[in-house]
Amino acid sequence: MSGNARFLWRRLSQFLPVILLATIVVFGLVQLIPGDPAVTLAGEFATKERIEEVRRLYGLDRPLMVQYGAWLWDALRGDLSQSLLSSKPVADLIIDRFPATLIVVVGAVLLSLAVGIPLGMAAATRARSRFDAAVMAFSSFGVALPSFWLAMVLVYWVALSWQLLPATGSVPFSSAPGDAIAHAILPAIALAAAGIAEVSRQVRSALIEVLASDYIRTLRAKGLRRWRILWQHGLKNIGVTLLTVVGLLINRLLGATVVIEAVFAIPGIGSLLVHAAINKDFAVVQGVVLVMVLIVICLNLIVDFLYAAIDPRVARG
Amino acid sequence: MSLRLSLGRPAAIRRRFDLSSVLAISFLAVVVLASLLAPWVAPYSPIEQDYTQMLAPPSAAHLLGTDDLGRDVFSRLIHGGKASLFGALLAVLVGTLIGVPVGLIAGFRGGWIDDVIGRLLDTLLSFPAIVLAVAITGALGIGLTNGMIAVGVVFSPVLARLARAQAMVVKQELYVDAARSFGATNTRILWRHVLPNAVQPLIVQVTLMLAVALLAEASLSFLGLGVQPPWPSWGAMLTRAYHYMEAAPEQMFAPGLAILLTALAFNALGETVRVLLDPTN
Repeated sequence: MSGNARFLWRRLSQFLPVILLATIVVFGLVQLIPGDPAVTLAGEFATKERIEEVRRLYGLDRPLMVQYGAWLWDALRGDLSQSLLSSKPVADLIIDRFPATLIVVVGAVLLSLAVGIPLGMAAATRARSRFDAAVMAFSSFGVALPSFWLAMVLVYWVALSWQLLPATGSVPFSSAPGDAIAHAILPAIALAAAGIAEVSRQVRSALIEVLASDYIRTLRAKGLRRWRILWQHGLKNIGVTLLTVVGLLINRLLGATVVIEAVFAIPGIGSLLVHAAINKDFAVVQGVVLVMVLIVICLNLIVDFLYAAIDPRVARG
Repeated sequence: MSLRLSLGRPAAIRRRFDLSSVLAISFLAVVVLASLLAPWVAPYSPIEQDYTQMLAPPSAAHLLGTDDLGRDVFSRLIHGGKASLFGALLAVLVGTLIGVPVGLIAGFRGGWIDDVIGRLLDTLLSFPAIVLAVAITGALGIGLTNGMIAVGVVFSPVLARLARAQAMVVKQELYVDAARSFGATNTRILWRHVLPNAVQPLIVQVTLMLAVALLAEASLSFLGLGVQPPWPSWGAMLTRAYHYMEAAPEQMFAPGLAILLTALAFNALGETVRVLLDPTN
């Protein structure tokens, strides 16, 4: 087997156990409920019949292994059980609400990269200058800034005082693309602040290392233009760092969107999760957490494959 | 082998304590002291309502104004700091107590134990932190303590990975072989030799994690999954401020700035600790 094939095979063989373990963690969430889960789920003033009904609905009367097996088998077929509050299938709820989350997260990722990469590159080429210090200071602020507070400040000034953009809510992309993007801009900026900070910091430190290497010196010596060294050779050589950052970024933004959706009253899967967690609608909690973790695991796998594609050293190492 | 911090000569230490370290440590000292002494420092009770003074602007009597129930915002800020700091410390403590032993064992033992723990860590790291924390809090029951235990569980794989990597390096050292040849048990080697020599990067990570934990506490409380009313925390104060944003926008600045500055200070402290502990610096 070639180095690449072996690398991909090794990654794939780690992928399945991680997926399986993730399903066990998600399934296990219900087991964390203190006491009898059926009593808790049925709510405060539930009748005996209601408790039994809930127990039957989620199969809580069966042995744990059987419950897990049935749950996993249903999940594989796209059946994530049904919501205790709305009685709707959990999968439908998630599909309905997913686009609102997607547009904000994708917008935030694009914004983080579009601002973070040039900022990090500019800082790296002027390492230890005033500009570099300013970028690093900005980055420190971005990391420490509570995204939901930034969101509130943005809502107050940009939306309420200056009335430049809509304050809250969300519009389906399919019905009015322009309006949908207008609604997603402020949430995406609020999410992207930390992303820009992280991307610019990582790009800066990776690029400083690359720029100090011998082959860049050779390129310089043979008279290649500065911007070509930077954008062609520099960017290519920090490709692995960038991919890692994007992988981590999506994981973090998916988490942060949970809070941001609350600020902007966005009907996405994040607000679905919070509402379900507060109201003990556990089938919904499990469904949302499962979907989010599967997205992250699959993205990590894709990122690993891309590593091997852009940098042959990864597969050999 | 005992824990030895390579602090270097006094002159070198002074150089490493730059302005940001001094500012960060002083700020944290003020916040911690104010939180600990909250009942004596705060001018009012954080939960006492005064319906004649609702959403009042800042004044001599109420330095930061009053909230929608006429409670003194400055007093709530001081008492809220206690909840926020307690939450951050609890999460980092839980993360350390779970993560460090697990990571040390994985790195020290290697083999299939390391493989299994490695996959488990990969799995836990695939969950977006806040998402898992929200789900665990919902299951355990809503409240600050449960919420921050959940955040700690979510943090533990980060520390476990670091501890594992450290243990893998340290176990190759000659003094570990020497200890083993004297008949030391694995537990003794881990506790007396591996941990003390692996501890420096862990201390740095734990300090930096305090900032992340503080933001996590604020997020959970903002969502209503942390501190429960009427008690304040900085995140919970922002929830109320948000509801009355149009009537009293100034309400949202103090808690937000408190979170931002404290998180910045924790990060600066982590940076200072890293420089102090780094023997190559």
